[in-house]
Amino acid sequence: MAVKTFVLDGQFISAREGQTLLEVARESGVRVPTLCHLDGLGEVGACRLCLVEVNGRLMPACLTRVAEEMDVRTQSDRLRRYRKQIVELLFAERNHVCSVCVANGDCELQDLAMQLGVDHVRYPPQEPECAVDLSHDRYGIDHNRCVLCTRCVRVCDEIEGAHTWDVAGRGTNARVITDLNQPWGDASTCTSCGKCVMACPTGALFHRGSSVSESAHDRETLHALIVAREEKRWLV
Amino acid sequence: MDLKELDALAVAEQRDRAAFEVRVCTAAGCLSCGSKSLIAALETTLAGRGLADRVRVRGVGCMRLCCEGPLVSIDASAGESTRGSRLFGKVDAAQAPEIVGAIEQGPGSSNGLQVIDPDGPFFAHQQSVVLEHCGLIEPERIESAIAMGGYRSLHRALHDLNPGEVVEQVTRSGLRGRGGAGYPTGLKWATVAKMPPGRKYVVCNADEGDPGAFMDRSILESDPHRVLEGMAIAAYAVGADQGFLYVRGEYPLAIARLDTAIRQANRVGLLGSAIFDSTLNFRVDLRIGAGAFVCGEETALIHSIEGLRGTPRPRPPYPAESGLWGHPTLINNVETFANIPVILREGADWFARIGTERSKGTKVFALAGNVRRSGIVEVPMGVSLREIVDEIGGGPPGGTTVKAVQTGGPSGGCIPAELLDTPVDYESLKALGSIMGSGGMVVMGQHVDMVGVARYFMKFCMDESCGKCVPCRAGTAQLYRLLDRIERGEASRDDLGTLEELCDLVRHTSLCGLGQSAPNPVLSTLRFFRHEYESRVTDPGESPSSAVPAESR
Amino acid sequence: MGSPVEDPLIDGMTTERAPGGDDRFRELDAAMKRHRFRPDALIEVLHTAQELFGCLGPDLLRHVARGFRLPPSHVYGVATFYHLFTFIPKGGHTCTVCTGTACYVKGSDALLDAAGRLTASQSGSTPPGARISLDTARCLGACGLAPIVVFDGQVVGQISPEELTDRVKGWIDHGS
Repeated sequence: MAVKTFVLDGQFISAREGQTLLEVARESGVRVPTLCHLDGLGEVGACRLCLVEVNGRLMPACLTRVAEEMDVRTQSDRLRRYRKQIVELLFAERNHVCSVCVANGDCELQDLAMQLGVDHVRYPPQEPECAVDLSHDRYGIDHNRCVLCTRCVRVCDEIEGAHTWDVAGRGTNARVITDLNQPWGDASTCTSCGKCVMACPTGALFHRGSSVSESAHDRETLHALIVAREEKRWLV
Repeated sequence: MDLKELDALAVAEQRDRAAFEVRVCTAAGCLSCGSKSLIAALETTLAGRGLADRVRVRGVGCMRLCCEGPLVSIDASAGESTRGSRLFGKVDAAQAPEIVGAIEQGPGSSNGLQVIDPDGPFFAHQQSVVLEHCGLIEPERIESAIAMGGYRSLHRALHDLNPGEVVEQVTRSGLRGRGGAGYPTGLKWATVAKMPPGRKYVVCNADEGDPGAFMDRSILESDPHRVLEGMAIAAYAVGADQGFLYVRGEYPLAIARLDTAIRQANRVGLLGSAIFDSTLNFRVDLRIGAGAFVCGEETALIHSIEGLRGTPRPRPPYPAESGLWGHPTLINNVETFANIPVILREGADWFARIGTERSKGTKVFALAGNVRRSGIVEVPMGVSLREIVDEIGGGPPGGTTVKAVQTGGPSGGCIPAELLDTPVDYESLKALGSIMGSGGMVVMGQHVDMVGVARYFMKFCMDESCGKCVPCRAGTAQLYRLLDRIERGEASRDDLGTLEELCDLVRHTSLCGLGQSAPNPVLSTLRFFRHEYESRVTDPGESPSSAVPAESR
Repeated sequence: MGSPVEDPLIDGMTTERAPGGDDRFRELDAAMKRHRFRPDALIEVLHTAQELFGCLGPDLLRHVARGFRLPPSHVYGVATFYHLFTFIPKGGHTCTVCTGTACYVKGSDALLDAAGRLTASQSGSTPPGARISLDTARCLGACGLAPIVVFDGQVVGQISPEELTDRVKGWIDHGS
């Protein structure tokens, strides 16, 4: 397989052909913020947090494959500004109240805010009407905490295969739904596997009966399942 | 179908002309004013007076001056050509006898009908290239299109040129995408052509979603075969065998006419297998949009044809490389395809002589708003906005003045009256913070509130955002709120700063063109009409109501 | 999704039996069959379904999902993405005000106000057949005749708020 050499934050790096900038950055210990990315799932390039400057142009690191003579910058004043704004927009978009959230302390949105130095939200809260659905016997969804990363949709489609979740509506009215927008407990395609809960970055999807700060996203099990499926290796 | 049969059809149609031909516009605008009942009334009146064999009534396509619809033209024939046309506007079905009377009495008579000068400034300043047959041919009869030369360029391409030569003609013509982005068409064709042979697609983007734009609609309703011919030539050039014509669902008449046109072309073998006994097999299927502006974006359109939610995906890869179902796909706008037959007929060099250095050919505009004459306008690139608005459009209605001209729809901007001498070409408009866009041109009078215009377009973008990426989904909503508060005088100076910061974010980080260009109307109005924003915001410490003028409190 | 693949089982199977032998379901099934149940024909079939039934609903979507062998959430997601698909049955009359740019500049706000006041005056006891739905359209593409309102499919251009009021009142006075 061909090797590509390019510049990453001023350093020459060699990478395998076909790798994405995000993969190479992580291998090199360079941290690029992400939210809609989850190892093993198809990329969508939707959150725009992983935007990096490639030869001066903004490109999503998760989808951009390495090429010769790329000059990549993962940090700049501009990128820092944009990343903060995106996180603030997310906090203002729905009703995120960390203090009463099951994922308090185990939340990628919180982690991003801390890493990026977001200490206040400059945008007024949109305060949309968002429901909580506890009809499923094992899990629940609180749309107030959803960031529409669609990781639940992708894990259910690509790894479990049931495709119970999808996105309905458009723009700020978009919501993740099960089957024909039925209560989750009535969604006959759901296998109750819980992968969507493992994949969710925030406290939107959770185990019923867990309380504030009690969520522990089981990424390891999810990762092991993906590796088993794709590489036929079982990490026990 | 071979060339001899095509010619025979053309000749038969050309011979089948009556001494007088009455053309009545049946494009959507005039139809909504009753042109169908007018046609019925004319036929009844003519039959009643025993004139049916001397006078033929034809339902034709767009005759341009939409604000005066229904439009009627009386043409006196001399053999196979027309000798003298008389044009009438706002003709009601009840005036059918007067029209017949005008034929009987000859030129000079008007019988109380509204006479329009066919050589008046609205028409004289236009140059018909794309629209050369609109308003002359009957869109629902393929014979009518063939009689005016339809499908001859396709024959020429198939029998006189190889695919590479066709691409070279298009490249040399300098034609650029007419959907708004202005990407060199020949380059796009060359890219698809260069992809390895295999399954390839040709897609016509007829999802004209810009509010205020109806150029593509007019072309599709008036000369559908021209677009089909352009697509077939493209298919030959790039090596495709399947085409899709994606029309927005809000255009039922265009859909019906296209459906008829495709069926007729199939029936006579101008679409389908072995066209003109060549190796080209090309079939065209219609796909109907369902009300999503974002589906005008190439990758969203592809997803819609694939039966999915119309959300875009990041590019690269570009559709030319990986489009429909992962195959190389050529996507062009209606007007772009409509230019192809005439480029092949008259030659690339002829086309390149029209327009400016970097913007070749003509552009069709939909002129509307606070202007005396509104309708469809085709001019060479490089003509000034002033010529279009004042000479062709007749300027704003009596007593008022132009404040600004909006081009490019929700992705565009407003050009203030002082800059109306700007030539209409891709680069000049871009330099002023607007874009050519698909051709919507709305004239705005002094009463129009520019902050209101920015809010209007932002609401549109917010409602049409697909919701996939954060900057567009959440950013347009916040921008809309800000603009709404500014318009109502409830915003502070800090809010203006937040507005500009957000515009920067949405413009540079959105996933697709919808989000990336959503801030354009805001940035454009801030650039040229900043005082309208400034006068409405309060400084920190002031109460919001002090921004509202004393008289209106 | 990859290229559409021929499903060798399709011809041997029939679609779910239509509830009550409704003719409309038969026509819908015929439409799906005409498209050979290819998943990319979903939007075309949803158009047909809406034409036949007036609006979409969960049972209809489930029937379509089964016919195409597509996940129900996928079909629901597609149906709710596009503005022209509706889940609300239309009233006896529909008044659609165009809110395109040219219409906006020529006063569509005043038309919306007038129409809004008239439709708000309908009481809850108005029978469904007599209800007047107020809708907006992004742009109907007839900007030369701005401002535009569509009354039950009939396009009326260069219309004033007074004329709109007269026409809608005409519907209300006739009771249907």
